[in-house]
Amino acid sequence: MTVLSPDVTEAVVLTLELAAVTTTLLIALALPISWWLAWPRRWWKSVIGAIISLPLVLPPSVLGFYFLVAFGPSGPGGWIAHLWGARTLAFTFPGLVIGSLLYALPFAVQPIHNAFHAMGRRPLEVAATLGASPWRTFHSVVIPLAWPGIATAIVLGFAHTVGEFGIVLMIGGDIPGHTRVLSVALYDYVENARWHEANIIAAGMVVFSFITIMLLSSLQLRSRGHDS
Amino acid sequence: MRAFRLILLVPATIIALLAARQAMADPLRLAVAANFTGTAQQLVAEFTQNTGITATISSGSSGQLFMQVTQGAPFDIFLSADTKRPTDLIANGLGVTTSRFTYAIGQLVLWSPATQTRPDEHELRQAAFTHLAICNPNTAPYGTAAIETLDRLGLHTMLQPRLVVAQSVSQALELAQSGNAELAFVALAQIRPLREGSYWLVPPALYTPIRQDAILLTRAENDDHARKFMAFLHGAKAASLIREAGYLTDTPAQDPAP
Repeated sequence: MTVLSPDVTEAVVLTLELAAVTTTLLIALALPISWWLAWPRRWWKSVIGAIISLPLVLPPSVLGFYFLVAFGPSGPGGWIAHLWGARTLAFTFPGLVIGSLLYALPFAVQPIHNAFHAMGRRPLEVAATLGASPWRTFHSVVIPLAWPGIATAIVLGFAHTVGEFGIVLMIGGDIPGHTRVLSVALYDYVENARWHEANIIAAGMVVFSFITIMLLSSLQLRSRGHDS
Repeated sequence: MRAFRLILLVPATIIALLAARQAMADPLRLAVAANFTGTAQQLVAEFTQNTGITATISSGSSGQLFMQVTQGAPFDIFLSADTKRPTDLIANGLGVTTSRFTYAIGQLVLWSPATQTRPDEHELRQAAFTHLAICNPNTAPYGTAAIETLDRLGLHTMLQPRLVVAQSVSQALELAQSGNAELAFVALAQIRPLREGSYWLVPPALYTPIRQDAILLTRAENDDHARKFMAFLHGAKAASLIREAGYLTDTPAQDPAP
C-alpha cells in the first residue's frame, strides 16, 4: 500500500506550484508597492495601504463572492480570460493565482514596508552621496538591509497561499490538477469519509505550519540581531 | 486587587450569559439539503403560523449534513436529498427507524442564465460551452443524477473536462448565475422562483428518481415539537406546498381551496 494516493500527490504538486508562482509574483508586486507607500509619506497613501490590508480582516467568503462576479464574462476577469480565448477566470489556475495574490498581498506588503521604515532614508542618502545609481542602491543597500522583512514576506506569502481555502472553494470548481488544491482536497476527503487521506493531508499541513512558524521566529531573531 | 477582581468578573459574566443563552428554549433545528432550502423556509413559515413553534434551517449538501449529524451536530430533523443518508443514520442508531419517509421526489433540470435559447439535450451534444456546473456527485444526489444523465446520454467522457464541481446544488446554481459556467444541473425547485434564465426538464428516464427522505433524529425522539413537525410534513398541506415548489410527492396533495 502506498502512503500517498495519486490524487493526493497531484494536489500536493498543484498546491506547491500555486504557492511558488503566487509568491514570486507577490514579491515582485509587494516590493515597489511597499517602496512607494514608505516614501514620501502622504496621508492618502495610508488609505491605499488600508485598502491593500483589507484581506487581513475580510472573511474569505466576501472576497470569494467578489471574485465570482469579477471573474465572470461580464467582469474584468472575463476580459483577461479573453486574451487566451476563455470566457471566465474562475475554474482556472491563473484565476487562483490572481485570487491568492490579492489575498496574500497584505501579508507581504506589511513586513517589507516595516523593514523599509526601520531602515530609514539615511542609507539611501549616503549611497547617493557616494555616487551610487538608484538601481545599485536598491540591490546593494536596500535589499540587504530589508532582507529579514523580505524573507518574512516570502514565508508568509507562501504559507498563506498553501493554507488558502475559502476563496478557492468558491471560485475553483474543484478540478483535479487545475484547481483542486490541498485544502479543498482535504475538505473533499472529509466529506466522503476518506479519513486515511484526510489524516495524511491534515498531518502534513500541521508539520508544514510548524516549520513555517519556526522559520518566521528565526527570521525575527535575526532582524533583532540586526538592530543591536 | 481591584483589577484582579475585574479580571475574574468579566469571564464570569460571559459564562453566565452563555449559560443563560443555552438554557433558553431551543428552537427546532432542521438540517435541510441545499436544494430544498427555499421550500423548507415556506414550510417552516406555515408551520410556525399554525403552531407557534419556531424552527431554524441549516443548509448544506446531504453529505455535509450527514457528516455533521454523525459528529453530534444539534439537529432534530434531517431533510436529506437522498434515501441513503437517512438509512445510514438509522444503521448508526442516530435516526428513528419508523420516522423515515419520502417527503419529496426531486426533478433535475439543466439551467442556463441565457433567455434567448432554451438548453436541451442537443445543446449538451453540441458542447458549445466551456463550463457545466454540477454539484459533487459523492455528496449531493443531484450531482449523482447529473452524472447518470450524462452517462446515459453517452456524453460523460466527452464533457468531463468541462465539468466544474460545486459543493452543493446551491453553489452549482450560483456558478451559473454569476456567468462563470454557462450551464448547471440543478433542482427544478431552485429555479422556480427565479425570473431569469431558461431550463430543460431532464426526462426522468435518464436518472434514478431522486427520492428525498426525511428522518427524525434520535436525540429528538421524544421532542414534542419535532414530532409535530414530522406530522405536518406528512400532511396534505405540506404536500401541496412541496408540489408547488417543483417536486413530486407520494402523499396526495390537498385539493386547492375553493
